[in-house]
Amino acid sequence: MSAAPEGRPDTIKAIGLLSGGLDSTLAARVLLEQGIEVVGLHFSTGFCMNDHRRAMARPEEDPKRMRNEGLRAGADLGIPIEVLDAGEAYMKMVLNPKHGYGKRANPCIDCRIFMIHGAAEYMREHGGHFVFTGEVLGQRPMSQHMQALRMIEKECGIEGYLLRPLSAKHLPPTIPEQSGWVDRDRLLGLSGRSRKDQMALSETWGIADYPQPSGGCCYLADESFARRFHDKRLHAEPDTIRRDEMILLKVGRHFRLSDGVKIIVARDESENQFLARFESPGWRFEALRCGSPITVVEGDPDDNLKVLIASITARYSDRRGEPLVEVAARRDGKEEVLVVPPVADQVLEAYRI
Amino acid sequence: MGDTNPDDVLDTVGLYCPIPIIKTAERIRRMETGRILKVVSDDRVILIDMPAWCRSTGHEYLGHTQQGGEFGLFVRKTGGRGAKR
Repeated sequence: MSAAPEGRPDTIKAIGLLSGGLDSTLAARVLLEQGIEVVGLHFSTGFCMNDHRRAMARPEEDPKRMRNEGLRAGADLGIPIEVLDAGEAYMKMVLNPKHGYGKRANPCIDCRIFMIHGAAEYMREHGGHFVFTGEVLGQRPMSQHMQALRMIEKECGIEGYLLRPLSAKHLPPTIPEQSGWVDRDRLLGLSGRSRKDQMALSETWGIADYPQPSGGCCYLADESFARRFHDKRLHAEPDTIRRDEMILLKVGRHFRLSDGVKIIVARDESENQFLARFESPGWRFEALRCGSPITVVEGDPDDNLKVLIASITARYSDRRGEPLVEVAARRDGKEEVLVVPPVADQVLEAYRI
Repeated sequence: MGDTNPDDVLDTVGLYCPIPIIKTAERIRRMETGRILKVVSDDRVILIDMPAWCRSTGHEYLGHTQQGGEFGLFVRKTGGRGAKR
């Protein structure tokens, strides 16, 4: 890496958001090239697909596909990474985003504000000089256009101290540039959705091991998850939704049976094991004397709905071809057995979320 | 790996990424330089993440043992680099 320019303080410390994707990795590298000390912050939001794959513990999954990319990037760059649990505060933001959702359940602007705000706090607590991100002007429709970039900076209360090294030449000079901490001439002028320039740079710098650019690892931007998420918001007061209920949105097949009753049917043995470990109040259904999914019930079903839940559970059991299947319904140590026909697929589809 | 006597043990069985790493960072921060922490985990991907975290933070990764589905990973605290230790 290069030495600091003349006249600059000995140590300039930049605090950056490091997802481990190509853009944030390159942004850190641009600053390292200028001899700037870089600390990476990696937020764990609870909505990362890799993290969920790990929790499912499917033996056939390649461990490399489930690794933490922020840690991997920090190791490759030789910079310290601080992993931060975004926790309940992030959940609250996701359920009530001030700037609304994108196409799915993605509150991209509020998410950026949340993380940059966290980075600004870290900077103040740990003697950083400025915050940087791997944002590229015009790359994402919701959060990376000029107006959004300015608004995010303003709302985070660090106007002038937020540097986007990859697009800096398209943006007004920041205080780090004006103060001579960062050489603006050696920052980049990338913009738009193409990743060609980033890929060329990664080759130049020998950065080969990174996840597929814009491959997406966030459940909030996933179509199927978003349907379940918005269904949940529609049928519960957002303030009452618990973090573990969000976790369940990632698992199984989901069916809305009534305004107050929803079920989750496991899709395979890994999901069965996950649901078996998962402590949730309410009924659980399971077909007897065969391979069966665990069905978790949210809400309080009446007798008619219990029959429907049993028939859906039977439909996904190994006895789905039989005319009648015994299904156990269990709650608080009590068990009822219902004998039902497996539900017909055309009936089932009407309930699918 | 050979016999390694840890100075402290952190049990993260049942916890998944990135909680074991967050807890490791917190525990290491309270330990003295040169001390060894054993992290017990049943998340097999930690065998990739823990060495990466050590390379990133400058702590020394000493290797792991395995007993059934549980792993014991050994980390020696060094002076480290950068972030809050």
